[in-house]
Amino acid sequence: MSIDLSQFHAVFFEESFEGLELMEASLLALDVDNPDSEQINSIFRAAHSIKGGSGTFGFVQVTEFTHVLETLLDRVRDGKQTIDADCIELLLQSVDCIRSLLEALQSKEEPDTKRAAQLASVFQAILDGGSDGNSASLVKVNAIIGESIVAPLIKTTKKDPSSVERSPVATRQQIGFNIFFKPSLEMLKDGNDPIRMLRELAALGEMETTADIDELPVLQELVPENFYISWTIELLTTCDIDDVEEVFEWVEGECELSITPMLEDSTVAVDSPTLYQLNDSQVKKPTTSGQRLVMPSGPLPSLDNLQLDITPEPVQAMAVAAQVTAPVKAEASSIRVGIDKVDSLINLVGELVITQSMLGQMGSSGESITGENIGKLRERLVQLEHNTRELQDSVMRIRMLPISFTFNRFPRMVRDISIQLGKKVQLELRGENTELDKTVMEKISDPMVHLIRNALDHGIEMPARRIAAGKPEVGTIVLNVFHQGGYVIIEMTDDGGGIDRERLLAKARTKGLVGESEQLSEEQKLELLFSPGLSTVEKVSNVSGRGVGMDVVRRNIQELNGSVEASTEMGVGSTFSIRLPLTLAILDGQLVTVANQTYIFPLMSISESLQIDEAKVSNVAGGSDVYSLREEYIPILRLDRLFGLCQEIGVLNDSLLVVIESEGQKIGVVVDELLSQQRIVIKSLEENYIRVLGVSGATILGDGTVAMIIDAVGLSNLAGKDIAAAKKMTDAAA
Amino acid sequence: MTKILVVDDSASMRQMVEFTLKSAGYEVVDTVDGQQALDIAKNTSFDLVLSDVNMPVMDGIELVRELRQLEAYKYTPILMLTTETSGDKKMAGKGAGATGWVVKPFSPDKLLATIKRVIG
Repeated sequence: MSIDLSQFHAVFFEESFEGLELMEASLLALDVDNPDSEQINSIFRAAHSIKGGSGTFGFVQVTEFTHVLETLLDRVRDGKQTIDADCIELLLQSVDCIRSLLEALQSKEEPDTKRAAQLASVFQAILDGGSDGNSASLVKVNAIIGESIVAPLIKTTKKDPSSVERSPVATRQQIGFNIFFKPSLEMLKDGNDPIRMLRELAALGEMETTADIDELPVLQELVPENFYISWTIELLTTCDIDDVEEVFEWVEGECELSITPMLEDSTVAVDSPTLYQLNDSQVKKPTTSGQRLVMPSGPLPSLDNLQLDITPEPVQAMAVAAQVTAPVKAEASSIRVGIDKVDSLINLVGELVITQSMLGQMGSSGESITGENIGKLRERLVQLEHNTRELQDSVMRIRMLPISFTFNRFPRMVRDISIQLGKKVQLELRGENTELDKTVMEKISDPMVHLIRNALDHGIEMPARRIAAGKPEVGTIVLNVFHQGGYVIIEMTDDGGGIDRERLLAKARTKGLVGESEQLSEEQKLELLFSPGLSTVEKVSNVSGRGVGMDVVRRNIQELNGSVEASTEMGVGSTFSIRLPLTLAILDGQLVTVANQTYIFPLMSISESLQIDEAKVSNVAGGSDVYSLREEYIPILRLDRLFGLCQEIGVLNDSLLVVIESEGQKIGVVVDELLSQQRIVIKSLEENYIRVLGVSGATILGDGTVAMIIDAVGLSNLAGKDIAAAKKMTDAAA
Repeated sequence: MTKILVVDDSASMRQMVEFTLKSAGYEVVDTVDGQQALDIAKNTSFDLVLSDVNMPVMDGIELVRELRQLEAYKYTPILMLTTETSGDKKMAGKGAGATGWVVKPFSPDKLLATIKRVIG
């Protein structure tokens, strides 16, 4: 029967990656001084499963590597090998190595086995007694490794099968075997039945058996569960001795067995007529009185029937396999959704249908909609609104994944980097089950990595310095995730040295980001952290880069309509607080009108709105206007001009200024009117029209018109020239 | 129809074994660890048990030991799915009362050939 094993590959990959994650987590949690045996067991099991699966599904590269790994783990498990920090490091590298092998195989590429070979040789060296194993255990391990796949199992033969073949008598043609087989009294008790073995032997060639029932006791003494018969067997076959031994493989130690090759000119005649006279009737009616029991040769008919008895079940099994396969395959574009979420959706759709039919009934009843009916209609419309909102929420929830999907790789990262830096750091994760939109999650990963690297590199001090400062030697980074309103807050706190505001300022001055005489508030100084091209560390390290980080971090977060803020205290530590919308598909928007057009500002981007006082507007060279807002000048942006609207705002005095903030830069946008705030479903402009600078998307309003959603980051890019002009004004004023 | 109880914590192995056996016309019940298998075995009778060795909760060796305590499984063939390295494990399985083993990795054909040694 041929079965296409590739149908199980997706499941294999999925469970292997899960296994690797588990290995990694257990390795990280493992206490070297006092290893928990259950943890070691689960690491071993994971490696073992990957090895078993990869072997079965034909991924030899993985099998070969995991084999060495497993051997080592098995020794650890049996207490024959101590596990130390180096060993854990090596095992973690192996996890990475297996992962990359599997990833390559999954995408049907040829895996790079160089790393695997290197690691395997290190393992082998440990196994061969390179470092710390004691000699007694090494002998044992070598014995295990040296053991071949089919161990010489036939005890009573006491002969090396290969030596049999090489013996000088072998010059004569070997035509079969003489076998003596005497099961132990208790052989039946582990489910082995001699009749099956005889049947198997029969399948190897032509066989003649002689049963010896001399040891059969009298009936009174016979124990029905015991076995008393032994056989002398003459088997004519071209098979190897290995094949014959395999038949008795499972009863090693439970029988007396000898297998001797039979040669051409030996006593048994090949053409002995008795051999050809074997037939079924002889087998089915063995004479109990006689001492000869003859077995038929060849496969048994009943087994063939068994094989042909194919039911429709395989189709079902195939369908199940396909179902399981689906979510794994398209990793980038699919999500696994809990059944409860789907159920709640179905439930809501059901309610929606009911409401719809109630409304439908009203519409088609022919009654005029007046008085009492209007009340009913409103009631049902309210219900419809209710249903719609709940449905919307539920659909959004489908895209939600626990943030642990991203955060699970951080413990490993923190460990590796802290080792690299010679620091001691522990990472605490809190609220890792908080759910976040999948897209947001994917995009927040890089900024988070950056923040954590920064905290490790610049935040947490070296152990000696920590001790000198009276802090615990091991630094702590806490990642705390929680919901607040319609937002997810990710807080990263370290108990390191804090951020030196004065150094930031000094640096910014040398870089010309801040004027020599310019005074900044404490808050503003810290804000410098997010300015482009600023790094407080003199030395460029390969951990946190060259100061191109924080501005990028902030920009990435802003692209998600989120914000990031820092707070710090010298010597105590720093906290970065990231605020993200739950989803990218919906945002809280402020509706405004400009020249009779409706635009939407993401509420997050608006810092304030004010009535324009024309006296505070100044015109600078180049035609741009700036507005004097408290201590600083901010550029005034005219959407009517920018977007070439046919109607222009005439008198600024009657207008409002919406101040938006992006990348620490304020811009004033002139609008006619502020309308309501509402939740906006974002439609992509790029997909439906073309990409427009300064606009992040569009939405459809209640009256059916399309409104553009303003992109604060894009606007500030558009207003680059005006921003520069405003800056000059501010500097000049200061 | 011949009824087989499959015990393996690895989903891919379980699916492969189940699919192979069902394709060959056997009735299959699959379980994820020894404890689950034991609970099911107590209420249903099987003609053959195929069990992995390394599993969480209850491993294969323990399962064999427990099954052999049951009157209904005194002579039932029990095969361990094992890897060639675990020479000790094979013996531990035998010691607990396992009938034999199927060495991993195995192909579907090899699996069917092996189980035919103990059923039918």
